[in-house]
Amino acid sequence: MFERKGHGEFWDGALRVSVPFTGAGPLKRLKAGTKVLLSGTVYTARDAAHKRMVEALEKGEELPFPLDGQVIYYAGPCPAPPGRVIGSLGPTTSGRIDVYAPRLCAAGLKGMIGKGKRSKAVLRAIAKYGAVYFATIGGAGALLSEAVKEAELVAYPDLGPEAIYRLEIVDFPALIAVDPMGRDMYDR
Amino acid sequence: MYVRASDIEDLVRELCIKAAIELPGDVALALLEASRKETSALGREILGALLKNAEFARERRIPICQDTGLTYVFLDVGRDVRIEGDLKEAVTRGVARGYQEGYLRKSVVKDPLFHRENTGDNTPPVIHIDIVPGSDVKVTVLPKGTGSENMSAIKMLTPSAGPQGVMDFVLETVRQGGPNACPPLVVGVGVGGMMDTAAFLAKKALLRPVGDSNPDPEIASMERQLLTAINNLGIGPGGFGGSTTALAVHIETYPTHIGALPVAVNLQCHAARRATGVLRGAEKPCSKERDTGSSGTGL
Repeated sequence: MFERKGHGEFWDGALRVSVPFTGAGPLKRLKAGTKVLLSGTVYTARDAAHKRMVEALEKGEELPFPLDGQVIYYAGPCPAPPGRVIGSLGPTTSGRIDVYAPRLCAAGLKGMIGKGKRSKAVLRAIAKYGAVYFATIGGAGALLSEAVKEAELVAYPDLGPEAIYRLEIVDFPALIAVDPMGRDMYDR
Repeated sequence: MYVRASDIEDLVRELCIKAAIELPGDVALALLEASRKETSALGREILGALLKNAEFARERRIPICQDTGLTYVFLDVGRDVRIEGDLKEAVTRGVARGYQEGYLRKSVVKDPLFHRENTGDNTPPVIHIDIVPGSDVKVTVLPKGTGSENMSAIKMLTPSAGPQGVMDFVLETVRQGGPNACPPLVVGVGVGGMMDTAAFLAKKALLRPVGDSNPDPEIASMERQLLTAINNLGIGPGGFGGSTTALAVHIETYPTHIGALPVAVNLQCHAARRATGVLRGAEKPCSKERDTGSSGTGL
């Protein structure tokens, strides 16, 4: 998987990016349209988990994980079958999270991974807070789950597949869809 | 002729798992053909990844996509068949077992409005039953994800809009929703009847093998024109740009009212999953005979 030889050199020429983001330095290099391979820690969250996190922020309550510099992957996994870290795990549609994303960017979130276009409000929040939106391959959940090396349930287990998981990923393929300047790959 | 409800349950269980894991052969073939014709290098890379994803899912026995959908079950029940047991209960139990035993994602909430609590076993399914000639029970499972479903649309056109109005609405729906719906798409279009008929036909259009045309030459021509127009939108594989935005356009029609021209567009992602099996009726009660097969032949 994601090997650099054979099979047409999948995601060849991609920029390797470490997550989460600490300090402003690494983000400045990111430009919309660039292929990347992400490695490090990310957290999964879909609509229901975002709703709870935003409600917690409004009430001044602690979040399940500190947002500062972190990256959220808009995804909900299949259960892990025996012998696998996690089941299939591709991106869900980012547009559904648009209503919550600016609030999280304001609270320190630096990266989002999903699929599809973002709203104008999210583009403005990304530019304002110097965040980044990565789009990955929708419907390639089997392949993408190979980049997940560890998975741990962090919060909201009652939400089932919509619970928050901490993932350790290695060479997870994506594209920079909206860069920290607010430039949108989908707008070309 | 007799078919046991418990055999239908077992078949539904098996088809849920098979549909989630094995991309139908016709869809894989269409993706392969698209990867040869795609003009964008990134587009070709995405199509290659989708083919590899399908191969990988089949080898590892894991779902093609984590969104294993709300489960649609279509049953063609032969009119000479007597079902031994409760058909709908059997289908529902089959879905619950398939999703639990197959490690598929449970994506159904009980109350859409207020509580949105996950039912925990992906039930209830949506069940459509048709009575057909013969003594078999044919079962087709179509797991439908929301990425593409949320980008679907319906419009109550009136007769003056004509075929052009229908084509404009289909194209506009794909233009608006295409990048989010996991392209390349299969575009199901239902025209006619009333509002619910059009929507149902658009869903049923997704059951047709990719590459097959409507038998009516005028409708088939409209399908080809729409496919060309959609691919000229440039949305491309994964929405990242390119010449492959749809693999096929399937239009189904039904007679309608003199004052009506309803049109529904049901978008389906490239993971256009479905699986079919047939149970043959037995002469005597308590039959066990079964013949299963998929709608595709594999990669």
